[in-house]
Formats: sequence, structure tokens, C-alpha cells
Amino acid sequence: MAEVKIDSKVTVVALVENEPGVLNRIASLFRRRAFNIDSLTVGRTHRPHISRMTIRVDAGPEYARKIATNLQKLVNVIDVRVIDNEPHVERDLALIKVRNDDADSRNTITEICDRYPARIVDVGPKVAIIEMVGTEDIIEEFIEQVRPIGIVEMIRTGVVSMGRGTRIHDTNFINRRALVEAASKARSSNGHNV
Amino acid sequence: MVEEAMMKLKGSEIIMESLLREGVDVMFGYPGGAILPTYDAMSLYEERLHHVLVRHEQGASHMADGYARATGEVGVCIATSGPGATNLVTGLATAMMDSSPIVAITGQVPIPAIGSDAFQETDVTGVTLPITKHNYLVTDVRDLAYTIKEAFHIARTGRPGPVLVDVPKDVQNAETEFVWPEGDIVLPGYDPPWAAQTHEIDAALRLIAEAERPIILAGHGIIMSGAMNEVRELAERAQIPVSLTLLGKGAMPEDHPLVIGMMGMHGEASSNLAIQEADLLIALGMRFDDRVTGNLKTYAQNARKIHIDIDRSEINKNVKADVGIAGDLKTVLTQLLPKLEGKSHPAWIGRIRDWLEDSSERDILNYETPGILLTAQVVNDIWKLTGGDAITVTDVGQHQMLEAQYYPHQRPATLLTSGGLGTMGFGFPAAIGAKFGKPDEEIWAIVGDGGFQMTLCEMATAVQENVNVNIAIINNNFLGMVRQWQELFFEKRYQATPMVNPDFCKLADAYGIPNRCVTQRDEIEDAVRFAQGIDGPTLIEFVVEKEEMVYPMVPAGADLHDMKRRPKPGEA
Ligand SMILES: Cc1cc2nc3c(=O)[nH]c(=O)nc-3n(C[C@H](O)[C@H](O)[C@H](O)COP(=O)(O)OP(=O)(O)OC[C@H]3O[C@@H](n4cnc5c(N)ncnc54)[C@H](O)[C@@H]3O)c2cc1C
Ligand SMILES: Cc1ncc(C[n+]2csc(CCOP(=O)(O)OP(=O)(O)O)c2C)c(N)n1
Repeated sequence: MAEVKIDSKVTVVALVENEPGVLNRIASLFRRRAFNIDSLTVGRTHRPHISRMTIRVDAGPEYARKIATNLQKLVNVIDVRVIDNEPHVERDLALIKVRNDDADSRNTITEICDRYPARIVDVGPKVAIIEMVGTEDIIEEFIEQVRPIGIVEMIRTGVVSMGRGTRIHDTNFINRRALVEAASKARSSNGHNV
Repeated sequence: MVEEAMMKLKGSEIIMESLLREGVDVMFGYPGGAILPTYDAMSLYEERLHHVLVRHEQGASHMADGYARATGEVGVCIATSGPGATNLVTGLATAMMDSSPIVAITGQVPIPAIGSDAFQETDVTGVTLPITKHNYLVTDVRDLAYTIKEAFHIARTGRPGPVLVDVPKDVQNAETEFVWPEGDIVLPGYDPPWAAQTHEIDAALRLIAEAERPIILAGHGIIMSGAMNEVRELAERAQIPVSLTLLGKGAMPEDHPLVIGMMGMHGEASSNLAIQEADLLIALGMRFDDRVTGNLKTYAQNARKIHIDIDRSEINKNVKADVGIAGDLKTVLTQLLPKLEGKSHPAWIGRIRDWLEDSSERDILNYETPGILLTAQVVNDIWKLTGGDAITVTDVGQHQMLEAQYYPHQRPATLLTSGGLGTMGFGFPAAIGAKFGKPDEEIWAIVGDGGFQMTLCEMATAVQENVNVNIAIINNNFLGMVRQWQELFFEKRYQATPMVNPDFCKLADAYGIPNRCVTQRDEIEDAVRFAQGIDGPTLIEFVVEKEEMVYPMVPAGADLHDMKRRPKPGEA
């Protein structure tokens, strides 16, 4: 049975410019400062030029703030929040390929999947793929449940996180060149010479 | 400058136009294939934008750094792709550590060739990523002008630092309308803190009011912020003694009665003891480097801490602050001073005076040292002969520490030295850069025989440009500082520290640099006057005692009060 873990992890959320090399800058920062992180995910937002990162740290809030103040120093990092105790929704996604080659395993898989927010997304003669979305803890618990059946391969996306209610973490920024060009258009239509 | 807004220019010309608009009038560099279009464009701008041809790109980076430290303005260096750019690395890392604003422009192979291991291709933005404040690879000529503007803005604002702009050759050749973005730069993710909140100011004032044994730790940030007057007012009104970091020297005049000397590894014993006994540290624009704190576990245990720094990540990094304020020092102190109440701490200051007295008894200058020449004497005589008012630029090692101890500085930005990285080879080229920034100041490069040999090729640059820099080589025929460690911690096993040196004066002759060699103290004045009388580079070799020691010394990692001291005369 999975141990019930006391969640000591802290989440840092960052909005970053979607530019080449930004991930590299962030990875380089973590390596240089010897920051130990648990997971890091990057994905797009509704704004084409902005990506959003969720960083999970297995350490106290003070450590997370250290990471946050350092991240904030990167020019391409637009905003950083430490999600500590504030209410938030958090999701991790796992794809788990399990052995599926006898009636026993097939039954057990179905039975376990019924009890969790998991579904079987692909079934073959020898293996099946389970998709599971949930908090980190529940996924970990689920993994322990299916482990005895025989996990063949597995991938997790890492945690993404969002504050609840009207707490908004967003920016109006579009992109640099557009900003500069808009400003210069505004000027030339005003008849000013540069 | 180009006046017509809708004029088409080549990327190379846009670089020149942009530099001019940023107020640049000198750049230090070295040509090569991938930057050649930009060098070609220079010919059109020669009169307004002077290019100094160095002899090694490392020299260019240190010159830009020296220029920046002396003036507070951004220094510019320029190099070709591959080896040219990698030669800048040491200078960029040096500038990064000491928060010096420089902009480096490097050529890159043409965009279609990037990633193909083309001739002289190096991923320079990758290489310099951890040693620049920010860097750019410009992939479209339309981005060039505003990128350069951003680069200068980032280099000089907030916590200053080096910024590199990598420009592929085809971008230098491409044409576009030159549009200089007027007005303020808007960078969504770049907003350095500025002012303090009222409750932070009040909290700081409360600690100051409650303190009986306060001390100000004055750092480089004071000079970068231009907060010298504010710091002085704080010290005087609340009667707080001031200890300086190496890079903070000049933040307050060293003859001021409240200044109690440098802190740290080779700092004044009085400063280190005062820090250990203080009940309040007021850290202003300094970052608690490990050469400043010694063992953190025993550092200033009795003291509460106020830490004001423009870089939020410095606060609580090494030393936990009771009141941490992220902001520009001058701005924050201007908020604080009107509410500050006068105080005095006569007993505390008296106690520090006693320590200072004890130190002066141990001062090597008070010793009889017939027949030998000491670095301390050389430095102190240069101090006297320059009226204590020169800009001194040091290299790294014993002579650097002895400069810090024996050349009191009265004005900010008059001691230029590589502190955080401790880069040997920095001194001489940085002095050349400083002279371009401060042509009316007397400049002395005080360098060791080891470090000087790392960048001495720049003698040719100094001659070609007739730069009026005086080089004082402190020749102890050793890598002195390393030898000191070997004497103290490795039972005098002088492995790889004795040096067989060239005849420095003959070398100077070969470059056409007037020179003198000094072996006795009574020859110092003549030689210094000789150098001062020449409008151009000069070199003086001071042949000093081989096995001199720098005291006090806090061994690396030891407690700050655990200093090795020079015995008093008669005690040894
Ligand atoms: C051989 C050797 C021996 C050394 N021994 C000593 C020694 O004995 N004592 C000693 O002090 N040093 C010594 N050093 C130097 C030491 O390594 C550090 O470089 C030095 O202590 C750093 O000083 P600093 O913190 O004042 O400056 P920096 O490292 O330049 O830090 C400046 C700080 O000011 C902040 N700042 C910048 N602008 C502003 C602003 N506008 N407002 C507010 N804050 C701002 C920055 O964010 C930064 O945190 C030695 C170096 C060498 C090579
Ligand atoms: C580039 C570089 N390499 C090595 C060192 C390590 N180091 C620090 S001080 C020193 C000796 C410097 O000797 P010298 O230039 O003769 O000056 P001195 O200490 O004798 O005054 C060395 C090798 C360094 N700081 N920088």
C-alpha cells in the first residue's frame, strides 16, 4: 500500500517569453545555483508569445522563494509566483503501459481503473496503456496499485498548477518586435521623425 | 548620425548608429571574418566612434570593464566569432561577478551556417549564458537596433552587468530601415526594484534606534548607486562606524574619522573584530562574499542585520536579514534619512579606536627594514606622490591587498580591481580602458609580475594609442599570494610559484615604453616623478622582497575574528 505522504513540496509558477533559448536559460540557472527541483513543465498559454512553467520543489517555501527571486532576474521571465498554502488546482498526467496478457491482469486493471480517475486508452494482446490524470499524490498511489501487475513503461508530464478563484496570473505582453513596431508606427502617424 | 527616419542601412551601420545613440565614443576590439562587415562600417564613423585595436580580445573585455568602472557608463568591446568571442569569456565573467556594465558585440557565422560546425562557429550565447546578465542572438536585421538599445538598458540599470549581442554576418550585411526606438524601453520581465515600502523603512529605523554597537558595511553598490552622500549622512547623524569592502573602497573618504578600514580576509583587524562584536550590521550594496564573512556559522552572531541591495536574490542568500530591503540604495536612503534620529555611540567607537591603535603598532611601515624594499612601502609612496588622488587599477594577488591597505581612497571609483573573480591579467588592460573614460585623471596600474605577464601584450595597444598609463610592476619573482598560502598551509613547498621573469625594462624598451627599475626605497620618488612627467605609457619595475606576507589574514573558511596577525616589533 502506498504510504500517505505529507506534502512538503512547493510549487513555483512562472510566465516566460516563448523565445528560443529561454528553457536553456532556466535550466542553466538551476544547474548554476545547484537548485534541486522535482519536476518542471512548460506549456503554452492563450497568448501565443507566452509560455507558463510549473516547477515543483521538494523543499521549504524559503528555498522556493530563493528560486523565485533568481528566476525573476532572468530578463525573459515575466512573472513568478510561489504557490505555497494558497488554494490551487494541481494536475499531473501519467501514461502507464502495463502487462495485459492474461485474464487475471486484465481484470485487475479494470478493477483498479474503476476506483481512480484513470482510463484504459489502448488495449493490445500483450499490453494496455492507462491514462491517469490527477494530483501527484493520487497518481503515485495508483502506480503502486498497478505495479504488481507489471509496468512495462511509463511517462509522467509533471505537475501543472493554477491558483483557484479569481487569482489571475497573466500578462498583456505580446512580443518585443510588435511592441517596438507599434510604437514607431504610432510615432510616424503622428508625423514625428525619429 | 542619420537624420532621415526612413533611410535604409546595413546591419553593420545600424550597429554604429545605435552605439552613437547610446553615447558610445570608444570601443575596444579585434577584427576577424564574421565581424568584418561591421569593421568596414567603422570607417564611415571613425571621427565619432574611436576603435582601439587591442592585442588579445581578453584585453578588450577588461578595457571595456575598466572604462565602465571608472565612468559608471557602459563599456563596449567587439570581437569576431569563435576564438575572438571565446577570448572575451574571462572578461565577461569578471564583469559579471563585480556587476560592471559592458556590452560585447560579437560576429557570428551567417544564419544558414549556424549549427553546421562552420568555420569559427561557436555557440557564443550558449557559452556566455551563465556569465552575462543577458545575451542575444540577433536573427533578423529588423531586431538589431532595439536589441542594442535593450542591451545597453539591461547592462546599466538595476544591478549592472555584461550583456552580449551576437550578430551573424548576414545580419550585418542585410539592409532595413533604421528605426531607433525612442523613449523608454519596455521589457515585460525586467523591472528592477527601486524604492522601499514605508514599513520597511520604519523597521530599519527601529533597529538603528535600538542599536548600541552598530556598524555600516559599505559596498560597491554605494558607488554604483551614487549614494556616497547619503551613506555619509547616515553614518554621521547616527554616529555609526563604517567598514568597507574591497570594492566599496571610495564609497566614503578613507580619512573620515568614522571609517575603520576594509573588512574581510585581509581587512583591518578593527573592522573584523567590530563586526563580530556588533549588535547591528547595516549592509549597504554589498553581498556578503565569503572573503568578507569567513565562516558563516560564527559570523556576526550578536548582530541583527539590515540588508539593502537592488538585487532581491542577494537578500538572505548568505546572511539572513532581519530587515531586507530590495531597492536602489540612494533612493532607499533618501526615504530613510528624513526620519533618522541623531545618536552617538562613544563607548563603542572608543573600543574600535583601541583596536585601530593596536593595528598601527603592527604596521609594517613602522618597522625598520634596511636594505629591502617592501610592496607596502612602494604603494604608500605612490599614494603620497600622487596626492592620494590617482585612479589605481590593480591586478590580483598580494600587491592588490597591499594596495587596498596602503593606498587610502578618497573618491568613489578610484580603485578598480577584480574582486569577485580575482582575475589575474585584469589590471593593465582595465587601466587602459579607465584612461579612455577618464582622460584627465592620473592612472596607475599596480600589477604583480605574474598577472602582468598574462596581458602584457597590451603594451603595444598602449603605445599605438599613446595611452598615458603608468605601470608599476611589483616584482617579487613569485606568484606571491599563492606562495603565501604555501608558506602558511603547505609547509613552504613552493610548487610552481617561483618565476623566472623577463627583464621587464628591456621588454618595455622593445615596445618603446620609457621605463625605470627601482630596488631601493629612496629611488621610488624619482621613478614616480619620471613616470608622471611623461605623456604616454611608462613602466616602473619595483624589485621587492620575495617573501613578504599580507597580514592580517583570515584563513579561508575560518572565523572572521580568527586572524593571523603580524607580530608587534619585538614580539616575533
Ligand atoms: C585575493 C583577494 C582577496 C580578497 N580579500 C578581500 C577582503 O579581505 N575584503 C573584502 O572586502 N573583499 C576581498 N576580496 C574581494 C571579494 O572577493 C569581493 O569581490 C568583494 O568583497 C565584493 O564587494 P561588494 O560586495 O561590495 O561588491 P559586489 O560584489 O560588486 O556587490 C555589490 C552589491 O551591490 C548591489 N548593488 C548594485 N547596485 C546597487 C544599487 N544601485 N543599489 C543597491 N545595491 C546595489 C549588487 O546587487 C551587489 O549585491 C578579495 C578578492 C581577492 C581577489
Ligand atoms: C587567471 C588567474 N589564474 C590564477 C589565479 C590564482 N592566483 C591568485 S593570486 C596569484 C598569484 C599572483 O601573483 P603575482 O601576479 O605575481 O602577484 P603577487 O601576489 O605576487 O602580488 C594566483 C596565481 C588567479 N587569481 N587568476
